[in-house]
Amino acid sequence: MIARLLAGAALAALAVGSAQAQQGKISGDVVKIGVLNDRSGLYADLGGEGSAVAVRMAVEEVGGKILGKPIEVVSADHQNKPDIGSNLSREWIDRDGVDVIVDVPNSGVALAVQEVTREKKTIFLMQGPATSRLTGDACSPTGFHWAYDTRALAVGTGQAIVKEGGKSWFFLTADYAFGHQLETDTAAQVKKAGGTVVGAVRAPLNTADFSSFLLQAQSSGAQVIGLANAGGDTITSIKQASEFGLTQSGQQKLAGLLIFLSDVHALGLQVAQDLVLTTGFYWDMDDEKRAWSEKFKAKTGKMPTMVQAGSYSSVKHYLKAIEAAGTDDGPTVAAKMKEMPVNDMFAKNGKILPNGRMVHDMYLARVKKPSESKGPWDYYEIIRTIPGDEAFATMAESGCKLPG
Amino acid sequence: MATEIHAVRRETAAPATGRPAMPGLLALAVLLLVLIAAPYVLYPVFVMKVLCFALFACAFNLLIGFAGLLSFGHAAFFGGAAYITAHTVKVWGLPPELGILLGTAFAATLGLAFGALAIRRQGIYFAMITLALSQMVFFMALQLKFTGGEDGIQAVPRGHLFGVIDLSQSMSMYYTVLAVFLFGFAVIWRTVHSPFGQVLKAIRENEPRAISLGYRTDHYKLMAFVLSATLAGLAGGTKAIVFQLATLTDVQWQMSGAVVLMTLLGGIGTLLGPVVGAALVVTLENYLAASNLPVPVVIGVIFVACVLLFRRGIVGEIAARFGNKRP
Amino acid sequence: MSTIFGIPPQALFGQLLLGLINGSFYALLSLGLAVIFGMLNVINFAHGALYMLGAFVAWLLLTTAGIGYWWALLLAPLVVGAFGVVLEKTLLSRLYKLDHLYGLLLTFGLALIVEGAFRHFYGVSGQPYPIPDLLRGGQNLGFMFLPNYRGWVVVASLVVCLATWYAIERTKLGAYLRAATENPVLVQAFGINVPLMITATYGFGVALAGLAGVLAAPIYQVSPLMGSNLIIVVFAVVVIGGMGSILGAVLTGYGLGLLEGLTKVFYPEASNIVVFVIMAVVLLIKPAGLFGRER
Repeated sequence: MIARLLAGAALAALAVGSAQAQQGKISGDVVKIGVLNDRSGLYADLGGEGSAVAVRMAVEEVGGKILGKPIEVVSADHQNKPDIGSNLSREWIDRDGVDVIVDVPNSGVALAVQEVTREKKTIFLMQGPATSRLTGDACSPTGFHWAYDTRALAVGTGQAIVKEGGKSWFFLTADYAFGHQLETDTAAQVKKAGGTVVGAVRAPLNTADFSSFLLQAQSSGAQVIGLANAGGDTITSIKQASEFGLTQSGQQKLAGLLIFLSDVHALGLQVAQDLVLTTGFYWDMDDEKRAWSEKFKAKTGKMPTMVQAGSYSSVKHYLKAIEAAGTDDGPTVAAKMKEMPVNDMFAKNGKILPNGRMVHDMYLARVKKPSESKGPWDYYEIIRTIPGDEAFATMAESGCKLPG
Repeated sequence: MATEIHAVRRETAAPATGRPAMPGLLALAVLLLVLIAAPYVLYPVFVMKVLCFALFACAFNLLIGFAGLLSFGHAAFFGGAAYITAHTVKVWGLPPELGILLGTAFAATLGLAFGALAIRRQGIYFAMITLALSQMVFFMALQLKFTGGEDGIQAVPRGHLFGVIDLSQSMSMYYTVLAVFLFGFAVIWRTVHSPFGQVLKAIRENEPRAISLGYRTDHYKLMAFVLSATLAGLAGGTKAIVFQLATLTDVQWQMSGAVVLMTLLGGIGTLLGPVVGAALVVTLENYLAASNLPVPVVIGVIFVACVLLFRRGIVGEIAARFGNKRP
Repeated sequence: MSTIFGIPPQALFGQLLLGLINGSFYALLSLGLAVIFGMLNVINFAHGALYMLGAFVAWLLLTTAGIGYWWALLLAPLVVGAFGVVLEKTLLSRLYKLDHLYGLLLTFGLALIVEGAFRHFYGVSGQPYPIPDLLRGGQNLGFMFLPNYRGWVVVASLVVCLATWYAIERTKLGAYLRAATENPVLVQAFGINVPLMITATYGFGVALAGLAGVLAAPIYQVSPLMGSNLIIVVFAVVVIGGMGSILGAVLTGYGLGLLEGLTKVFYPEASNIVVFVIMAVVLLIKPAGLFGRER
């Protein structure tokens, strides 16, 4: 603890030094927020323009200005390609003076952007990406992982399903950083809870036809087919599983390991009913969340996903830290953000670990049956609150090499 | 088949033969000055991207413009080299120059294997075979462990060139890329103006006649293919160091398509054409991305217009118009 | 559970069946390519984009006009065929006197435009297309579960392929077509309108691609990129089969689909590249392709 305080003080001292070395308090006399995500592909619904809207809501709440300087929001589509994401963020920072990058779903792209922001000492507020490596071996002093991560999903959904009796697992995994990590983390939780993993098959991102992978899963004889994929891939695999009668026999059960509100909306309750999922946010939990979500819905026509709500929360916190630090210098603001607790409609008493992990409560939810739903967007029944410390890895467990 | 290849020649501007003419040299000198000054005016990473693609397009042009072979699979060499360079530099900890060298060597080997298969057929078949073979490389990049699938190989350190020059400085990186580009360009220049280049042209004009003159044409075509693949690999390896990553984009067939596009746009069979074409396409992609126009559609329309109306490409048209056949 | 070669039968037959379904698409597409190549000597790079167009036309008919699957099965190929006729008349026909590679390049550019446009308006994620009511559900065959729709795809493509083969090899019109392929000048001299024949052939070939697109829509979803990856495999199929015979293109299509299915059972990692490996082997042994002849 003392070591941590000392390190924090040293970091702050260094940062103050570098901030003073810079002339202006706000670089370029404008705070530029770049929302980088999938705006046209399979993850567009869970983040996309909605994340940009949420960020703009946060900016409007502070009056569009900070320390007397204007705040600007730009957005771009990384098309789920790590090279495009990496090049865009480099250009944004080098050429356009972007001060913070927000969202970046797709763990592969996020890992690439993390390298750029680390090198440029730029703040990176991650909402969409899932892999726990972003606060593990790939952590960065200016990187923040906000809404959820693969470990939290594994603790929530993985454990819950083993407890219900789903002992043997077969994974259908999206073949990139996110899927691999979700599979690894979930397998660890399954084994911890006394279950076994009989096998896994990896499908490329954005697969059109899962039938041959589903057949492999079926012939494995496992009780649970864990879908370690997201967005459009999850929707397609659940639909095709029902086309091939996978779950009709009653011997096998599908477990969607990462399901967003937007996925349930696309699938419809008839198909999605009774799926168990883990989420960091649900609009219909208290008055504050409802009020914010209704405002969001008025702008977009949809209720927010945890990614979109998290984008709002993280930018709000970032702006508060600039206010408190009196500068937009990356490392200084990052240190400030880690000092302050997160308290807004998204999280209560959220704390940020030195590796950038924002620790907050997660929720285990069950998708309602069509008969239980009272109206549009009434989709989840929250069955358990998972305390933040249980859901997320501690600094020591994370494997992050940063001082802390 | 020979008549088909004939047509390519007629449609393209006559390539440089013998000593380069004055206007050509002048254009080269201007280009060189522009390239040396460029990073002070433009965003250096952008110019480096242009240079890598320009070298890639020049390598491709060596094959289509001077040997009459349309390869639709050059992404395999470009991307394959990028992966090898990225892996050797990042995981094995090799210095960048060795990494690029190994990447280039890999592309040469791959070129030998693919070339040996592809030159068994000609014309359209040749294009389809190279395309299919490169798609095989794409799927291998997707599945092999070391390539990292969708994530690619990320966070490749730029390192120190020859252990001395720090490439993380964008200016030293830029002039390194420029040197690589000039080296590649010089090799192509030399090849085209050598006896070997003359034989290639003879094969392109009339293969049966070249055979009857006693040339082992398959041998020559294979050598041209390997040389082209090698230089494409050099471009790919360099790009991996500049952008510090190698991803599936580099081996996708769309990349093979892009290089065809650049070369045709600039002028098949002209030395400077591919450079101009690459600069144009990269610039378009960069500036149109900010607008609301669909980039592939705009590029596609330009391409179709080129195929229908300006088959000589930009540089070829200019050369033809000003009566100078040796740009 | 009984096994065959250590593999549960449901996995083996299931994958073989899926292979047969993929093979149906390979066959339909390579058939179209072969018909076009035979007459125009052009490899139609836009074939994948037109297959995608077929699926999109079906989807648009459904979402904007409420026209269902069965009408789309008829209308979409007609729309795509008409589009092909326009392309051939206005653009492709200008290039016949040049190297055939320019035909390849032109159709490549067209593919970029068509795909780019759809991508711009509809994004890259798939639009779901429902399975027609008549073909919902499936049959439990004991060793596996066969969704009705997938069975229909196999039957439909077999019928279309056989009908096309019959029309070209066994009818008078087909005889003209084959003659025009061999010697267009002579056929023209006999008073047959060869340019019209060329246009019609191109229209028919791409209509086949459009038809394949409609068949694929309920299985693969409707996405702007659905054609571009498929078409390269089909190119390899065409190289393996050789351009000589219609029947060759069809047989190679089904055969390679089945082979891919088998690979998925025994060594799934290689399933994507098996077609290309076969292509390399065929090139080494018989450069003209299995059913082809050197020209």
